[in-house]
Amino acid sequence: MSLPAFKTLRNCQTIAIDDVPLVDTTVFRNSIITAVEGGSRICALFGVPRDRLDPQVFSKQLSRAVIRVFAVLAHDREGTLFIISTDIRGSYAALTPDCPQAHWFERELFEQWGVVPEGHPWLKPIRFHKTYNKTEDQTNARESMIGITDFFRLEGSEIHDVAVGPVHAGIIEPGHFRFQCHGEYVYHLEISLGYQHRGIEPALIGGPTKRTLHYMETLAGDTTIGHAMAFSHLMETIMGVSVTPRAKTIRGIALELERLANHIGDLGALAGDVGFLPTASYCGRIRGDVLNLTALLCGNRFGRSLVLPGGVAFDLDNTLVQQLKDRLRAAFSEVSAAVNLLWDTPSVMARFENAGRISKETAKSLGLVGPAARACDIVRDARYDFPAGIFRFSQIPVSTWDTGDVFARAYVRWLEIQRSVTFIQNQLEMWPEGKTETEIKNLAANSLAVSLVEGWRGGICHVALTDSRGLFSHYKIIDPSFHNWMGLAMALRNQQISDFPLCNKSFNLSYCGHDL
Amino acid sequence: MQITSFINIILGLLLAPLLLGIINKTKASFAGRTGQPLLQAYYDIIKQLQKGAVYSKTTSWIFRAGPVVGLSAVLVALAIVPVGGIAAPLAFSGDLLLLAYLLGVMRFFTVLAALDTGSSFEGMGASREVLFSAIAEPAFLIGLAAIARETGIMSLSHMLPAAHFFSPEVVLVVASLLVVFLCENARIPFDDPNTHLELTMIHEVMVLDHSGPDFAFILYSSALKLWVLGLVIVGLIFPSPAGSFWPAPVSTAICGLILLAIIVGIIESLMARLRLLRIPQLLVAAGSLSAFAFILILR
Repeated sequence: MSLPAFKTLRNCQTIAIDDVPLVDTTVFRNSIITAVEGGSRICALFGVPRDRLDPQVFSKQLSRAVIRVFAVLAHDREGTLFIISTDIRGSYAALTPDCPQAHWFERELFEQWGVVPEGHPWLKPIRFHKTYNKTEDQTNARESMIGITDFFRLEGSEIHDVAVGPVHAGIIEPGHFRFQCHGEYVYHLEISLGYQHRGIEPALIGGPTKRTLHYMETLAGDTTIGHAMAFSHLMETIMGVSVTPRAKTIRGIALELERLANHIGDLGALAGDVGFLPTASYCGRIRGDVLNLTALLCGNRFGRSLVLPGGVAFDLDNTLVQQLKDRLRAAFSEVSAAVNLLWDTPSVMARFENAGRISKETAKSLGLVGPAARACDIVRDARYDFPAGIFRFSQIPVSTWDTGDVFARAYVRWLEIQRSVTFIQNQLEMWPEGKTETEIKNLAANSLAVSLVEGWRGGICHVALTDSRGLFSHYKIIDPSFHNWMGLAMALRNQQISDFPLCNKSFNLSYCGHDL
Repeated sequence: MQITSFINIILGLLLAPLLLGIINKTKASFAGRTGQPLLQAYYDIIKQLQKGAVYSKTTSWIFRAGPVVGLSAVLVALAIVPVGGIAAPLAFSGDLLLLAYLLGVMRFFTVLAALDTGSSFEGMGASREVLFSAIAEPAFLIGLAAIARETGIMSLSHMLPAAHFFSPEVVLVVASLLVVFLCENARIPFDDPNTHLELTMIHEVMVLDHSGPDFAFILYSSALKLWVLGLVIVGLIFPSPAGSFWPAPVSTAICGLILLAIIVGIIESLMARLRLLRIPQLLVAAGSLSAFAFILILR
């Protein structure tokens, strides 16, 4: 498939910014809508002030207001990315009415740059920060208090609102949830985030610096390897460097260990939420054992400072490989026993099945990613569709289930645990020789590249644009949570409010990864 | 009235929080953990008693009265339930009705105190508690009525020892009372006493706003409630002849309670919580068991 208006590129391929098609806003809008109808999904949709792209044109007053909007679309089955851009001044006709998955992106665009998508059905801030466009004096330039906004309201004498958070009873991140309920029955859930906004994207401009990698590792602390890998792939792509097979293998193992630890932790937490003690306790401990395997690789349980542009910082010797094999085998046999207990216990299955169901159509139109999408029978896995690094040599089958409920999301995790363990064991058997680091170069100037990595939560997308000096003129990060928060809201419709914690845990989305 | 029956009350006052410790230890051993100390409930109560209480400006005297009324009600209940066949000090004909309604008063004031805070969580918890207890109460009363009918005695102190465990009616009633016992004491599969998820709680969410001595009262009353309702079940299972020497029946009853606590711990380890929608179904099933026992006796 090729789409006329778009430039086609692959995962981890550098193109010149000038090669990105610049089209009229109407063409931009229609092309995206047509492509999404044809099976693509929106990977990234973001704005960059035009004067940042070509500083030679020095009509500052004028160009400040012009925002160049880039759209990166992904066609999973083709394994192809499509890119297109347009210049927008002030406002444009919103994509959302015809393409619901643009919903959150357009709100972000509006919040960051003051670009108004006309006809957006629910236009309000998502992170409650000041617009990045300082000279802009449009309506959203006013300072917004976090969480102070209009919420969706249901009218009626028996309808009541239940507001939860941003401070929660457990030790979790802050987020505000509004339920419109009739008794125990939930009609609608609205999620309001932004409490963790740190301004990472603006801080990356002018980089890469020494700090950049650490920003990546702490974007979402539980996805350290995932984000560091997406960043490193992107850097290596723009530098034109390729890392050694040994480094690729270590990265792949680290990524799958991260997936294992989090999936095991999630299954334990799901058991805990329905009050099923044995699995909850055992998985909690085994998660720690798997984190310790990452620590065996690099000395840090979350894999900080392991992945860096040009390779990995730590090598494995034979004794460590043997230790890794033994401890992984032990952890896997324990986790099999603990997790199979879930599927064998009727009272647990009664809670998991039919809770928080999402239809395949909803999942597709919202552009969900990760286990949440695969639980709705969507084959979408960047390791398979957009392979990079070790996954170009060694594939992991995509794990799907077709019921779209809490059970499906839990079961997909279990399938992925088994396949990740097999993958790691295979990698440890055929262990490539060589160095782990490659000499890095400077970034190519005036380039753009997209990097997709399948983190444990779903597809991570990083997009970098460099200026004439080879520094970042823009860096866009899309954590999988950015796609999936709306999925959680939809999963809660027509559910019991008491099932919310269970549904929430089955998605287990990141607040800080979303808020950036 | 005997001196021994007062000793029984003192035993209840002293040992009730131990049952919570036994349940938690059982759960911990199933989960492969060391678990909290056996006496943790005592430590919690003592700790809370030493703290100050915080009251929201929006609450009234009802909020403060809730824990006190609850504790008083369960203390009176303690005085009408026999321990191992030794008559309770306040035993009279018809005290089984009083027991049901003392627990009702306790619940009523907990619910009022919860509603008094105006919090949406506590309102939700209150509404759940009232719904479930409205279904659990008939199961409890009809079950006791069946035993009363069988033995022809209306006082718990004489009725429980007189029941023959091996009759089918009593087995049915015990099964029904066990379900009511788990529901009334906010245990799995009805409620999860360990959860921190305020949207799923039933009992725990109603007492979120209580602090300090008030919360100590609530912890202590729920321990006593566990003890009192446990004694009714244990009294049916181990009926001891009224004439026997004091330590034997009492120690049997206490061993029975410990066994019951272990069984509760095992149930909590082996199954997940029910979906909230399914709880009324289980309670109605318990009610049907009681009703069936009653019909068996009438035949």
